[in-house]
Amino acid sequence: MELFDQWGLTLVIFLPILGGLLLAAIPRSQEETIKRLGLLVTAGTFLLSLGLLVGFDFGSASEFQYEVNAPWITAINANYHVGIDGISLPLLILSTFITLLCVVYSWNHWEEPRNPKSFLILMLILETGMNGTFAALDLVLFFIFFEIVLLPMYFMIGIWGDKTVRKIPGFARETETRLYAAIKFFLFTLFGSAFMLLGFLALYFRSGVSQARTFDIPELIGIASNTPELFAGQFGWLVFGAMFLGFAVKVPMWPLHTWLPDAHTAAPTVGSVLLAAIMLKLGSYGFIRIALPVLPEAARDWAPAIAILAVIGIIYGSLACLAQTDMKRLIAFSSVGHMGFVMLGIASLTDIGINAAIIGMVAHGLITGLLFFLAGSMSHRYHTREMGRLGGNMKLMPILGGILAFTAFASLGLPGLAGFWGEFMSLLGAYNPASGLSLTVFRTAMVLGAIGTVLTAGYMLWMLQKVNLGEPKAEWNDHHFNDVDRFELAAWVPIIILIVIVGLYPRIVFGASTDAVIELVGNAFGSSPTAALGGG
Amino acid sequence: MLAAPGYVMASVGEEAHVLSDGGALAQYAGILMVLPFLAMLLIIFLGKRMRYDGAEFAIGAMAINWLYAVALFVLNITQGVARDVQYEIGRIGVVGEHELAFELGWVVDGLSTMMFVVVTTVSLLVFIYAVGYMKGDVRVPNFFANLSLFAGSMLVLVAAPNLIQLIIGWEGVGVASYLLIGHYWEKHENSSAAMKAFYVNRTADVGLTLGTVILGITLGTFRFTEIFEAAEAHLPALTGVAVAAGLLIFFGAMGKSAQFPLHVWLPDAMAGPTPVSALMHAATMVTAGVYLIARMFPFYEDIAAEARTWILWIGAITLFVTGLLALVQNDIKRVLAYSTVSQLGYMVAALGAGGYTAGLFHLWTHAFFKALLFLGAGSVIHAVHSNYMSDMGGLRKSMPTTYRTFVLGALALAGIPPLAGFFSKDEILATFSHEGATLVMWLGIVAAFVTAFYTFRMVFLTFHGPYRGHGHPHESPRVMTVPLIALAVGAVAAGWVNIPGVFTGFHHWVENRSVFVAQEAATGFDLAALIPGVIAGLAGILLAYLVFYPERKSQAERDRLEIPVLYPLLRRKYFLDDLYWYGVASPLKGPIARGVDWINTYVIDGIVNGVAGVSFFLAQFVYKGLDQRGIDGLIGGVSAAADAAGSSLRRLQSGRVQHYATGFVLGTLILVAAIAFFR
Repeated sequence: MELFDQWGLTLVIFLPILGGLLLAAIPRSQEETIKRLGLLVTAGTFLLSLGLLVGFDFGSASEFQYEVNAPWITAINANYHVGIDGISLPLLILSTFITLLCVVYSWNHWEEPRNPKSFLILMLILETGMNGTFAALDLVLFFIFFEIVLLPMYFMIGIWGDKTVRKIPGFARETETRLYAAIKFFLFTLFGSAFMLLGFLALYFRSGVSQARTFDIPELIGIASNTPELFAGQFGWLVFGAMFLGFAVKVPMWPLHTWLPDAHTAAPTVGSVLLAAIMLKLGSYGFIRIALPVLPEAARDWAPAIAILAVIGIIYGSLACLAQTDMKRLIAFSSVGHMGFVMLGIASLTDIGINAAIIGMVAHGLITGLLFFLAGSMSHRYHTREMGRLGGNMKLMPILGGILAFTAFASLGLPGLAGFWGEFMSLLGAYNPASGLSLTVFRTAMVLGAIGTVLTAGYMLWMLQKVNLGEPKAEWNDHHFNDVDRFELAAWVPIIILIVIVGLYPRIVFGASTDAVIELVGNAFGSSPTAALGGG
Repeated sequence: MLAAPGYVMASVGEEAHVLSDGGALAQYAGILMVLPFLAMLLIIFLGKRMRYDGAEFAIGAMAINWLYAVALFVLNITQGVARDVQYEIGRIGVVGEHELAFELGWVVDGLSTMMFVVVTTVSLLVFIYAVGYMKGDVRVPNFFANLSLFAGSMLVLVAAPNLIQLIIGWEGVGVASYLLIGHYWEKHENSSAAMKAFYVNRTADVGLTLGTVILGITLGTFRFTEIFEAAEAHLPALTGVAVAAGLLIFFGAMGKSAQFPLHVWLPDAMAGPTPVSALMHAATMVTAGVYLIARMFPFYEDIAAEARTWILWIGAITLFVTGLLALVQNDIKRVLAYSTVSQLGYMVAALGAGGYTAGLFHLWTHAFFKALLFLGAGSVIHAVHSNYMSDMGGLRKSMPTTYRTFVLGALALAGIPPLAGFFSKDEILATFSHEGATLVMWLGIVAAFVTAFYTFRMVFLTFHGPYRGHGHPHESPRVMTVPLIALAVGAVAAGWVNIPGVFTGFHHWVENRSVFVAQEAATGFDLAALIPGVIAGLAGILLAYLVFYPERKSQAERDRLEIPVLYPLLRRKYFLDDLYWYGVASPLKGPIARGVDWINTYVIDGIVNGVAGVSFFLAQFVYKGLDQRGIDGLIGGVSAAADAAGSSLRRLQSGRVQHYATGFVLGTLILVAAIAFFR
């Protein structure tokens, strides 16, 4: 057990990439072996992460557990410091869970040019990057994991992506969708990361004023609470701004979001799923893990701006959805809105708001992940994503259509399913944000966010009407459609069950996150902002 | 699961009587909510293989539920039950000294047991009826699965001991409503009607959500009991926001209970199969808003009295203006739909005036006679294959059972003594009179005249005169007529449980014991309201007889009787649909959404692509000759790489990424150096 305490987390992070190395040694022609090994590795990683869950001490969820802190690059005092608390645990498990299901789904869904070996290797590298980001407690380590995910995703989009050639506004020549999307995704994220790194370095150097320079996140948080003036003022404001650029691109927040619809639309199904379900969360997680606790004062300065951008994202994303004709692009834009709720929760700087963000991230990961699976399977069968050509799907494929309807309702935040809590709680958080924040801004944001839920219902039901209902178009008359196959079911049913469980018993997330969040907010922003109100 | 012990609510107030905790029966009342969902799952997975397409499961579950509900109801009548069980499903943070938590559970008190009985009784009868009505339908298992989803959600709603669970049930019935209105989703107009219902309700739910947010954050609890304790104590933090919260929550109620001007979804909801209209859009789901106001009644009483004025007047406007709309309908279900909206207006207005018992009494009687009328209409539609009264007429001979029960329902709706509607409508009018809302009382009396008029217009056009349709209509099968008869008994007798001076216990039966508020007993017969009310009903029937009784007037003569300006206005439904469509939905979907997309493509991405283009241009300029191929490829994004397949493409791209990575590392190093230097 002690061995697991020490090595369990490291194994969860690095087992995938080790598996990837192993895969690289197997000849490409042995597809079955490759697939089995890929499944074995991701399943093993998932089981190990469940082991972490079982051994997790929920009584002290606000402390880092399975912590390892070993010297790494001593010259700059960067350490291999990893650990998980109640905030990272749900996300880490989400990551291992979704990756496993992606492998299951991939079993008989390979997009051209196939090559399962390369695809699985990329997926495994991606998993290491994602798991590592959720566990890293050192800024250098965090940065490396945060950036590792870029390359596999870049290749997934660029190689397995949408090959349609189209005219990109502002570009002279016509371009393959996948190339444009992959490059845009890469450069956009890199642009943000550069600033983020700058911010990290600034913190590193500044921390050296009172002690040895450090990249260590808990240490930096300690400095922030012991000598708040060190990270305050203009310095803090600028550093927060730099981190904001890095994280906000990833989330993505309006107006830094435009890489997302392109990347999602172009990416292969599994790429879209991983992108939506987990990679977007790296940004919002960064805010919670690093930006808020290390720079609380700057966070207060930035919070209203974040709230405003979040709400613009909610409204704008929903409206943009209503203008889409491509089903996958519509789902992609819906992420802008949903992540807007996550960011509104974070911007409130309250325990409830940040808790909203965490359960919102988990829910969005499950629901939008599933939506992208479904969109992928639909376009796999219809060979088109144009909603104008679809319709009557309920008639052609009732099970697929039924699951799509269920997921659409989950996505519009139906109470009783996972998506509701995040939206509702971010409104709770925004009603009474941390002390010192403008009530006018946040309550306006709350009202607009609530109106956004109507728009969300608007485009989701509209999509269902277009795709699922009505009579099938004449062009499909002679087609034979296979309803969901067993690999699809094996990948989707666990998600469906979890959506219901989180919806009816959200404690499955709050049990880990609540104490950690209360502690985080208490340290960074003082006691609960609503304490003054007393109770009934 | 952490089981919070069930606790017995304290009873305070002058009239405090001994309450029971309901024993094991109340302890396990949660089973009421579970069974329909179980039935739903069984139908989804096994329905197709069953003899009756899974209706067995739905009916079986509902039969057990009905017995359980009746047992609870009797227990409540005899002992006065007050039980509140809540299980924590998640603690989300700290508000003041409170830990804010989400909970699920059930409350067993007068109000909830009355609703249990209404919901399970009408559900059971409608389920049985639907076996006959839906025979041969395209997807019967779906239908019964959705009905079970509805029944389960509705029970979750009425059993809710806190606002969170109420919202869960509330939206659950909304989804069921969407699914059932759109049951025939092959036709675009049906799925559009379903969407309209969902949108209008969702818009109203913004109010319910925000009201819940305000109460939750202000008080640190979502429990009704604690909200009412705070309201009774006039907690300072609460007084400032109480009216706002009360109005917002009422706005939510206006959606579900179809109050003006949010009633527009209900007539369109008639696109669903008739059993759905009877169960959801007449007897139960649409009363959820009324139920919410009743559940929150202590709050409105104690601390949000200003909100009550709004409730009174919205209800009064609704009962008056929507009843008029029923006058010009040809679709028999739409007549009943507008009638339902109008009757809901009575209930809401009654609660607004402070007549807690009166409002709930009308909910109770209305559930029976309106479900009866809808099922009767369904029986007729089943026979003539049309919703339009222009295709009916003379059906009293071919459909005697339907006719007799329908007339009983119509008399009850018209408020003719001694049928159910008379007692409840009279009590509402008496409440208005009692509370000094004289103007509202007269609106109610005029609306009662209108009600009787359109109801008997419908009766005469459907059942009298010559048959105008095709084929030979005949009486519906027993499986449909037996529920009609059962409901007819209710339509006649449901009012007898609350006769002033004779049976006076009803106000105890329906008590909201989340906080014991001493409800006023029935106000007694108020002749000033009773006599005009009955006269209005009789006059309405008489006028309908004069105008619509066959052979009395030709259609041309009838047309001449129409009131100018008013009738055209009614035919356009006060232009509300036009306002919402041309004023809100259409611009949002059209120009606004397209504008946003345009901004995305040409402004934001224009900047992005522009920056990219300029950087590439500069890069090419600076590094020309150094790496022409890679960058050239980037500018257009195509080049030879686009055509190259598989591995060659990978190589090329990896090459590019290396360039970026190199540039990125170089840039980073420069930045680090700069920081180190300037520090």
